[in-house]
Amino acid sequence: MVKTPIVKVDNIDVPVEGERNLLEVIRKAHIELPTFCYHSEISVYGACRMCMVEVEGMGTVPACSTPPADGMVVKTETKKIRNMRKMIVELMLASHDQNCLTCPKSVDCRLQKIAKQLGVEKVRFKQVNKPVAKDFSSEAIIRDPNKCVLCGDCVRVCNEIQSVGVLDFANRGAAAKVTPCFNKGMGEVECVNCGQCVKICPVGALMPKYQIDDVWNAIHDESKLVVVQIAPAVRVAIGEYFGYGPGSVTIGQVVTALRMMGVDKVYDSSFSADLTVIEEGNEFLDRYTKKQNLPQFTSCCPAWIKFAEQYYPDMLSNLSSCRSPQQMFGSLAKDKLTRELGLKREDIVLVSIMPCTAKKFEAKREEFQVDGNPDVDYVLTTQELALMIRERGIDFNHLDPGSFDMPLGFKTGAGVIFGTTGGVSEAVLRYAADTIGRGMNNEFRQLRYGEGINVVEVEVNDIKLRLAVVSGLGNARKLMDKIRSGEEYFDLVEVMACCGGCVNGGGQPVADEPDTVKRRAKGLYDNDKMLQFHNSIENPYLRQIYDEDLTPEKAHHLLHTTYRNRKRISGENIVLNAATAEEAAEEKKLNLTICFGTSCFLRGSQQLYTQLMDYVREQGIEDITRFTASFCTEHCKKGPVLTVNGKVIEQCTFDRAKEEIKAALA
Amino acid sequence: MENSKFDSVCAILDKYHRSPTKLISILREIQDEYGYLPEELMTFVSTAIGVSPASVFGVATFFSHFTLEPKGKHIIKVCDGTACHVKRSEDIILAIRKHLNLDAEHRTTEDRMFTLETVACLGACSLAPAVVVDGKVNGNMTPKAVLAIIDQVKEKEAAQDA
Repeated sequence: MVKTPIVKVDNIDVPVEGERNLLEVIRKAHIELPTFCYHSEISVYGACRMCMVEVEGMGTVPACSTPPADGMVVKTETKKIRNMRKMIVELMLASHDQNCLTCPKSVDCRLQKIAKQLGVEKVRFKQVNKPVAKDFSSEAIIRDPNKCVLCGDCVRVCNEIQSVGVLDFANRGAAAKVTPCFNKGMGEVECVNCGQCVKICPVGALMPKYQIDDVWNAIHDESKLVVVQIAPAVRVAIGEYFGYGPGSVTIGQVVTALRMMGVDKVYDSSFSADLTVIEEGNEFLDRYTKKQNLPQFTSCCPAWIKFAEQYYPDMLSNLSSCRSPQQMFGSLAKDKLTRELGLKREDIVLVSIMPCTAKKFEAKREEFQVDGNPDVDYVLTTQELALMIRERGIDFNHLDPGSFDMPLGFKTGAGVIFGTTGGVSEAVLRYAADTIGRGMNNEFRQLRYGEGINVVEVEVNDIKLRLAVVSGLGNARKLMDKIRSGEEYFDLVEVMACCGGCVNGGGQPVADEPDTVKRRAKGLYDNDKMLQFHNSIENPYLRQIYDEDLTPEKAHHLLHTTYRNRKRISGENIVLNAATAEEAAEEKKLNLTICFGTSCFLRGSQQLYTQLMDYVREQGIEDITRFTASFCTEHCKKGPVLTVNGKVIEQCTFDRAKEEIKAALA
Repeated sequence: MENSKFDSVCAILDKYHRSPTKLISILREIQDEYGYLPEELMTFVSTAIGVSPASVFGVATFFSHFTLEPKGKHIIKVCDGTACHVKRSEDIILAIRKHLNLDAEHRTTEDRMFTLETVACLGACSLAPAVVVDGKVNGNMTPKAVLAIIDQVKEKEAAQDA
């Protein structure tokens, strides 16, 4: 038998059973070593130096990046280490703005917690940071560099888990900072607003863009009807702010609290999730019968949508055209309430309560507005609602539960499980199985609690369906590349940007326990069980709405949307054939702009450029030609794209380009 | 018109097989071509080699060799290494800044004629303080002597224009 390696931690023998580093061994021994930059799901970085320990024969080493070995003798606290840790925190504080009283992260802040844990009572170093402007450019996330402690957690989560890589370190030494490319704002780059950086940031450097004041103003304005919708994942997490464990369903108290705060109508996004199931299910059955645009990708997750628009322009027709439940609810509620209550759109303020930062961005998309009035006016994250309940002085724990308003507050269990990975697929399958198989009542449990990429084959009435359930955009990218290359084939693919689905969204409470996400998911599945109906088609109010006036045309108008190619980075075009700035600014007879964005680049824009440059030289028309490179003209699907004197030519070939140039010069 | 600079960017990328591990070499050659690293080209490089633009920006700002702003026609490098520093290279830097109307943030003159750089050590300590103007090392410099060199360059430029 192989002997289990033993590490002696502070005089206690701890067996090593697969722990990857000393830190895990030490934590197993119930010693809470403070860390900023260690997270088991991303790579070990060793930046914060808080987990330094003394190992006999090795000296002082960082526990997070030291592999355990048999016979190691570890001391997690000595005079030297204690002094060192305290000094590290003091140094961090010296380059931090220390405005804890007005910081939204206060209480949840890890820097604050660790300073307290280590008994840091004063900072011996002079404050060194110069105030820098906050970045308000994003609709979803605010970045405050004055609070950043350079732990690099956001850099790694965005790069490793989400494969987006918005943030990275720039400069070096004392000038080092974390920033999007070229010092641009988060709203000007490829950020998909998923908020995983917000969730992992130990301090208040990355926060959701709060709309608390806007919502209070709407509530205090007597002339406005304030309507709230609550997303499924909120109900199993908000209780964590009030002492409940993850997964506890506190939706009754939330409804009562909202009424006490002065909200006029409280509805459930699970209702529109039911609606999504019907619309998306029908769309899928139609595509499946016609064998068109398969696999069908779900479209509930706004971060995934922006991701697809940026990186997979060629596959946008595979996305379901369904709006997300939030936006279906917005358009439907404003349509219904304006008619029934005789109100103008402007008089209704629709507030969403979401586990998600990307929903804030989604609500601002142009497609979801009517004459400049948005379908969803404000989006509050779970944490913002908790702050509002606290601010209002409501004793949440002792509230009598309240019920949702009807009819848009009634849902089936299928609409509730939308909040976790696999939930949308399960809900759609329940509906599809019932439609094809007549009265089957399956649960499709094999779709639950999947990690990363979960491939499932199900059989419905002799029809074999191949499904993939993906959460985490890095996983999505891996799967998409396989689908694109033809290596994998699926009928239906569900994508959620955050690992574990919406229960782990960027607007959810900060979770320290590793099983939090699973417990929240379980809370949703339990809630599904407690409800009377489990298949969206059984929702009586939904049927009523379809029967009343939701004709297919109207449904298409209110509940579906289109997607567009999206440029990743805002920026200017560059003139390719000018030596000086003056020359670049000259008026030219022939203006050629060639797109060098990702998609066009892959489709051969570089070769086209080389051919055209040679052609222009051969023809001796260089002096009257201005050649410009653009970095995405947002026609990605039909690349390579060439613009000749303002005329956009998609799928441009060299021959076609020559014709157009001749015509332009004729 | 000579071959476009953009052609050479494509050639540089091809030369390094668009490998992400060759990022530094690619940026270095592009800078040799353009004199600096234009933002859009870094975006292009990022697309071509499959590294996020933020990481390309991180590398470009990490090394002092790279510059993200266009440089002047004439480069003045003042050595501020230990030997030069104790021989009062700082006075030289301040004198040049005053003469060319530059400061710590603005290192290139508005007419893009001069760029002032400070370097850590040129390895010419025996000539301290040393100043390199357009690649030529000038030893035992004083503020007055440096300004005279700069004025000579200016005169030559003026004579060419005339």
